[in-house]
Amino acid sequence: MNAHAISPTDVRVADVRPPISRLTRVELRKMVDTRSGFWLLLAVAAMTVLVVVITLIAGHEDDFTFRNIFGNALVPAGILLPVVGILLVTSEWSQRTALVSFALVPGRARLIAAKVLAGAVLGLIATVVAAIVAAIGTALASPDIAHVWTFPVGLVGQDLIYAVSAMTVGVAFGAALQASAPAIVLYFALPTAIGALESIKSIHGTVEWFSSGSFEWLTQNVLSGHEWAQVLVALLLWMVLPLAIGLWRITGRDLS
Amino acid sequence: MIEAEKLTKRFAGRAVVDDVSFRCEPGTVTGFLGPNGAGKTTTMRMICGFARPDAGSSAVLGGEYRRLPNPGRRVGVLLDASAQHGGRRGREVLAISAQTMGVDEARADEMLGLVGLDKSAARKRVRQYSLGMRQRLGIANALIGEPEVLILDEPANGLDPEGMRWMRSLLRDFAERGGTVLLSSHLLHEVDVIADRLVIIGSGKIVAEGTRDELLSHAGALVRAADTDGLAKALAAAGLEAREAEGEGLLVDADPAAVGIAARDAGIALTHLAPAGDAGLEQLFFDLTSGEEAAK
Repeated sequence: MNAHAISPTDVRVADVRPPISRLTRVELRKMVDTRSGFWLLLAVAAMTVLVVVITLIAGHEDDFTFRNIFGNALVPAGILLPVVGILLVTSEWSQRTALVSFALVPGRARLIAAKVLAGAVLGLIATVVAAIVAAIGTALASPDIAHVWTFPVGLVGQDLIYAVSAMTVGVAFGAALQASAPAIVLYFALPTAIGALESIKSIHGTVEWFSSGSFEWLTQNVLSGHEWAQVLVALLLWMVLPLAIGLWRITGRDLS
Repeated sequence: MIEAEKLTKRFAGRAVVDDVSFRCEPGTVTGFLGPNGAGKTTTMRMICGFARPDAGSSAVLGGEYRRLPNPGRRVGVLLDASAQHGGRRGREVLAISAQTMGVDEARADEMLGLVGLDKSAARKRVRQYSLGMRQRLGIANALIGEPEVLILDEPANGLDPEGMRWMRSLLRDFAERGGTVLLSSHLLHEVDVIADRLVIIGSGKIVAEGTRDELLSHAGALVRAADTDGLAKALAAAGLEAREAEGEGLLVDADPAAVGIAARDAGIALTHLAPAGDAGLEQLFFDLTSGEEAAK
């Protein structure tokens, strides 16, 4: 037995709080180092490639602009990354690792903040990957049309906001519900339910204010002020509210 | 150093931990003993900041656990060996903890060696681990930050006799270097093998506390005579409470000197008279905690 290995009396130089940057790196690592996390992310990457390939095979050459292909390439990430975000939080309960994670980081809000940040980083990475895949696809297709590589600067920011907020919504749902199945089901069922409301005449036109469908606009066109307002209100409802509920549940209660 | 001061926790109005106070000093291994449901886990989770006490307080190394800036470097915690992500490899579990607390990841390999998990076990997903392997991984995880204090909930559960001896020497060694250990168990035998101090809990209350010898001094005497009936009468006449200890003689609720005097006064020849030992400790544990069992 190595005597140093369990010496409890060493002079401690590392008795400082782990910085949030390190906690974020740990959370990023936790997304990919489990079997389910690894395959889920691989599936997102594979589907991104697949979507671009299908677009090029089945689409019309007139539509083969980088802007169009990139818009399609972002769809798999937009659908599946929130699930990664949900699992990043709920697995702490379903796999009961909360007993280890919160023992090492007793500041519970800091751990959740690290998860949100890790989600944001993954969202950025996914956007960059989608852009690269779309660029390769566009170059391979090299369509004989005008404005192939034209891309509004405003849309770059919007795409990033889209990917990051999609991840954060996932983390927020996971934090609010703390159970994988209900969080995933609600995440996909609620938008459909709200979409159904649109058919009700009296509230037609107001649904955009609280429908997560409004987020899709971010990847389509540079938004007007009115549309921005609608997206922000929807984000308040879909991202900020569940995150607040999650923080309240996790920091204010006993963990088990 | 671990201190619990009048810790109380109620669930639905019922106190599952009731006014629990004890101290674990550096250099000692304290066994927290009680039947399942007696409040051991709840107490330990309060100490580690997972549950908030309804009354009382606890301190680890002189302050609240939650106030420790980087707890992994000061306190090694194992609250549930099966609380690990099944899809994660054994070594990766340790690597994540090392990275979180800012310890060199090479410590993960060092700890795997220390707890006897070989290379093939390190590569396996935790889902494939037996309970004994999970316990070893959990101990490795608790030790990775070179802590001064260990808090382990049922760490011997699932270990074979060889594993228990291993844990005993590991924790002894840790305590001899000045470390503080608190470990819980629902089995007297486990705690008796591993710990040098006992805190016994039943129905949420501390019912006894002390070293093995201190507890045994209250455990009475074990006495045998050729004339068992005569001995029983003599003890009854002296006002001493005695009962049959299966095949071993009579277990008397008094110290051996009082038993000897009673026997002498009645002219009974003894063939054996000694502190009650293991039989007494078991009886004591059963008596102290039987209220809990009966209440179920």
